[in-house]
Parts: sequence; structure tokens; C-alpha cells
Amino acid sequence: MRATIKGLVGAALAAVMLSAVPARAQVDTTIGLVLVQEDDPLPLSRLEDPADDDAVAGAEVGIADNSTTGRFLGHTYDLTVLRPSPEDAVAAARAAVANGAGFLAVAAGADTLQAIAAAVPDALVLNLKAEDDTLRTSQCHDNIFHVIPSRAMKADALAQYLVWKKWDRWVLIHGSHPEDNAMAEAYRRAARKFGANIVEERVYEDTGGARRSDSGHVQVQRQMPVFTQNAKRHDVVIAADENEVFAAYLPYRTWDARPVAGDAGLRVRDWHPGSEGWGGTQMQTRFEKHAKRYMSGNDYLAWLAVRIIGEAVTRTDTADPDAIRGYLRSDAFEIPGFKGLPLSFRPWNQQLRQGILLADGPLVVTVSPQAEFLHKTSQLDTLGYDHPESECSLAD
Amino acid sequence: MLIKLLSATATAALLAGPSLAYTAYVTNERGNTITLIDTDTMEVIKEVPSGQRPRGITISPSGHELYVCASDDDTVEVYDPKTMELLHTLPSGPDPELFVLHPSGNPLYIANEDDNIVTVVDVDEHTVLAEIPVGVEPEGMGVSPDGKYVVNTSETTNMAHFINTETYELDINTLVDSRPRFAQFTDDGSRLYVSAEIGGTVSVIDPASGDILKKITFEVPGIVPEALQPVGVRVTSDGKTVFVALGPSNRVAVIDGDTHEVIDYLLVGQRVWQLAFTPDEKYIISTNGNSNDVSFIDVAARKVVKSLQVGELPWGVVVSPE
Repeated sequence: MRATIKGLVGAALAAVMLSAVPARAQVDTTIGLVLVQEDDPLPLSRLEDPADDDAVAGAEVGIADNSTTGRFLGHTYDLTVLRPSPEDAVAAARAAVANGAGFLAVAAGADTLQAIAAAVPDALVLNLKAEDDTLRTSQCHDNIFHVIPSRAMKADALAQYLVWKKWDRWVLIHGSHPEDNAMAEAYRRAARKFGANIVEERVYEDTGGARRSDSGHVQVQRQMPVFTQNAKRHDVVIAADENEVFAAYLPYRTWDARPVAGDAGLRVRDWHPGSEGWGGTQMQTRFEKHAKRYMSGNDYLAWLAVRIIGEAVTRTDTADPDAIRGYLRSDAFEIPGFKGLPLSFRPWNQQLRQGILLADGPLVVTVSPQAEFLHKTSQLDTLGYDHPESECSLAD
Repeated sequence: MLIKLLSATATAALLAGPSLAYTAYVTNERGNTITLIDTDTMEVIKEVPSGQRPRGITISPSGHELYVCASDDDTVEVYDPKTMELLHTLPSGPDPELFVLHPSGNPLYIANEDDNIVTVVDVDEHTVLAEIPVGVEPEGMGVSPDGKYVVNTSETTNMAHFINTETYELDINTLVDSRPRFAQFTDDGSRLYVSAEIGGTVSVIDPASGDILKKITFEVPGIVPEALQPVGVRVTSDGKTVFVALGPSNRVAVIDGDTHEVIDYLLVGQRVWQLAFTPDEKYIISTNGNSNDVSFIDVAARKVVKSLQVGELPWGVVVSPE
């Protein structure tokens, strides 16, 4: 008996023809995953080295999820993975679209992302990597949808929790790279927005050198207390260190016994493999079965991008990028992302509204927005630049 | 004085009619326990240990077997509802969350969220009869009163799958709103209600065609729309009143079964998920996970009459038929 059931997938397909879901036209959707090979810094801990199939495995699970739904509807999904150099990225994206990909999930810095979007005006580009607030406030593009939260959203998420916790005196330590300055600015804005006080700022200069060395901890142990010495009275140290230079060295090494948050300690995460909220366990398990490892933030973002397209195709019965764009921007679109409130796009800048996880090592500590921060339209719009603060007003 | 008081009580009892004592069984997801409640006195009888992460709970039509999904143990536990002695376990497939019994009491249809299947288990032989592939993250399970169809909802595929219980084929697949959690037929089998937690709606479905007749939406002043997340659904046996648990909005909606308009919202405990009637339909009980309590709602008066502390994170509830 048990064996005969295995053949039921075919039966289910046949049954669709008679079902309440009306017989639909075959819809084939190809999604390109464009992982531009940029010179990303090596994490300070070897535990955080990205897997070879980082992001790809997430997209694959998304395609499998979409296909399971699609088999009831006559919809199919394909994934094309590209790993171009920054120089070749535009040509590779153009070729993928020419070969039928209507949707590109792109992991690239802001400049490359915008170049790709400009080169494929008839396709939709889903941003998986560029966190720049300028892409949400002044340089918005009709065909870019931001899946990854902006720096302002991440800073606001942390700020809400720290203010809720009444840890409102912050020492901000940021790196010397342009991204670190941008993140520091996001924290300054968040402090103003939510009534926290940055009592002191310090800059940790990147002087180069090897990321890891055999007994590097000996020097680190002596350097970090001295670096954090004599700070004004504070509750928490916030680290902005996107280039993995120093943040991971702060916890347990600060001069004063204070918690660390930001890029170390209580970290702001796109995803966390320990998260079980809102039914997330099932998705984690599906991913782990497929990839034989935990789901990273990049996997989650790629999964989500693929699911966003799948959800829109399921609801609209088309893979036409223009029709999908209209649906994604509409009030009708929402998708569960295992982060609490349903996710949707802000129509003025096409940023995905989403809860943001704050996690220590093994566990999610909280998910912002915190319930106490209210908003007249969506509580998720308490994170990042709200409509009146953005110059963008993308239209249908 | 004492006599007067006694007679007043006696009169009140007469007016209220003879109330039968049923036992309600509540699974406490975090506490790994089951709380037994006397529905007459509305007091806790006892709290007994269960398997890990107990969620879905149901009872056989005879009232002799209590079934509990022990999700983290990957089994369904079967208890003697009188003694709460664990009789045996059933093979359930991984991570069982919700299930439904055939109206005859056998078999049991179990949603396995991790494997995208519905497992059919013979409760007498303790064997797996079938594994039926459905959409991604199967969750809600409803059965038609004639037992011909089991409806499974898949949370990521967003469909209600009509499983033919003779052929195990999916005869109908109805696309509903986001994250469908629960499927409930009316007693006459003429309508099916499917709640969508993220979509914030309850679809009223014609089971014959699978067509959606209406989508019930919810609105409570002062509550953000995203918090109105429908989960558990129950319908009175005459089909005239529908109760819907609205999750983190801490409310149970009361809906007219004919017009499908919301009549009232009743404030209960925090994060209300599942509901169960007493067999006389005098009360409906809600499980309020985040406040560790259940609420007794007087069905006729549409009033919450009692909140009762149970174990940690109450999830599911069922009331014995006798």
C-alpha cells in the first residue's frame, strides 16, 4: 500500500485539470542568481567562512518550494546561477535575460547592482546585498526590488531593542571603511529617532595585515581593553564593522564590563539558523536536508527572493516581469518570511518590509520592530526611512 | 438566610438547566504536559506529563482514546482519557502537528510539516496506510462529515488540498490566502472554512466545487491589521455561528454562519490559537498560548465567562464526548 502512493504526484497533476484551480496556461519562470565575485573580507572566525554553495542552496530550496506549488498549477521554475567578476557582471546579466530569465536575484555592491539594472530594463532585479540607504532614499530604480534590509532598517531594529531595554547610552565604535561610516551614520540617525544618546564615538583604523594568525589572540587580548579604555559612562558598545576588522574582538575584552551589539555580541542578522519562530523550523529543516549545513543569511535572502517571485507567479498566473512588478507593488502582495508580520514592498522605493532578527551566538534574542513602537500604516515602517523621509516615489 | 441562598442557587441551577460535566484536555506545547479541566466547575483537575512539544489533540468518537501529536518525539501518543495512562504510540511521520480522525474513528490523517506529506495511520493496527504528497508545509486538517474527503492546508503552497479518502488522490486544490492554518467543515458538509494566518482571512469554500464563495476579513479598532491572524475555526452544529481564533490580536471573532459577517470580537488571553466546543455547545474554550491560560466563552451569550491558568504555552484543546 505504502509503495503505491509514491505514484500519486502524477495523479495529483491529472487531478488539477478537474480542480477548483481552473486549468491554467503553462507558465515557465526562469530566475537568474547573479553572485558577483567581489573581494569580500574574510570573517574573523573560521566558523563564519561562507560555504561554497552559499546563497545557491537557499535559492535551490526556494525553487523546490515554488515547484511543489507549481505542480498543482502547471507552473515550472528554473534557476540559473552565474558567478561573474564585477567587470563581466553586466554582460552576464544581459545574456541571462536574453536566454529567458525574467528575474535576476543579484548579490553585488551598489554600483554593479545599478549597472545591471540599467542594462536589463525589462527584467526585475532583486537586490540581495547592497544595503546602501541612498538606494532607498534618492537613487531608486523602477526595476530594482530590495530584498535585503537597508543599513537604516538594521540600525533602527537594534535601537528599538536597546531603547526598550533602557540601554540608551551608547559608545559607537566604527571602522574606517566607507561602509563603516555609512553604518555609523545609520546608528546616529537611529539614536536621534528613538531617543538614545551616543556618548562617545571611536574609529578603529584598518591598518591591514593578516586576518588570522596562529596566536593572534595574545595581542588582541591586550589591544582591545586599551582601545576601549576611558570611555564616557555608557550602557552598551555598538560596533559598526562591515569589513570584519575588529568587532568580533570586542566582547569580553572591553575595558568596562559592557555588552557589545551591532556587528558582534548582539548581532543584527538577515537570518539565524537557530530561529524557530512563526513556523520557521520547517524551512530550516528543509534547507538542512538539502544543503547538509545550516542556513546562512545569504541563503535566506536568496530563498526569499525566489519565493517572492514564486508567490507572485502563483497569484497572477503569469511570469511577465511587468505584471509581476505591478503585483509586488500592490497591497495584494504579502509573503510569510518567518519573521512575524507578513512581508510586503514599500511602493515608493520597493524595499521589502520585514522584521529583523537580533541574535547572540546560538539564539535569537528578539525580533524588531518592538511592539511598543507604533506606526500609522505598518509597524514594519518604523524600521528605516519612511515615505516622507525618502525622495523616491516610484510609480506603477 | 442560608436556606434562601440555597434556594437561590437551586433556582439558578434549574434555570441554567442540567449541566453535564465534560473533561477538556489542553496540550501545553512548552510545558510538555496536558491539563485536564472539568468544564462544569471550570477548574483544573490535574496536569499530567506528555511527550515532547504536544500540539494537536483529538479524541475518538467513543471517548476511549485521546490522541496527542508529540511533535518533537515524532510520534502520536494515545492515552486513556480516564486514567491518562499512555496506552501506546502511533507511527506518525516526522514532526506531526495537526491531525484529524475519520468520523468512524479510524484512520487518523496526520500533517507532516517537514516532509510535505499527509500520513494515514490505522489506529487499530498501528500501521501506516499511506503517505500522500501535498504542498509545502502541510498543517491544517479537516474531514468532511461523510468521511469522503480530508482537506489539508499547506502553509507555503497556500492551498487547501481535497484528499479523496478512498483513492488518496488530490481531487481538488484550492488556492487560498497566505499561510493557511486550519480547515473546518460544517456538520452538514455544505461548507468548508479555511483560515489564512498571514493573509488575515477565512475563506468560505463550497466543498463540491472547491470554489471560494467568500473571504471573511477582520477589523478591530486600535489593533494593527497584521495582528489579526486567524488560526482555529469552529462552527456550531446548526452552522449558524462560526468562531475564529485571531492569534496575537487576543480576540475570538464571532461570525454569522449565513451572512458570513463578523458579529462580535471577544477579548480572550494572549496569542489565541485553537478552539473546542463542549459537546452541548454551551461553551467554546480557547487556548491562549502567551498568557498560559484558556478562556471559557458562553456560546449563546457570546461572552467570556472565565479565564483559567493551565500549563506553559497552551496549544490545542479537545473536550470529551461524554
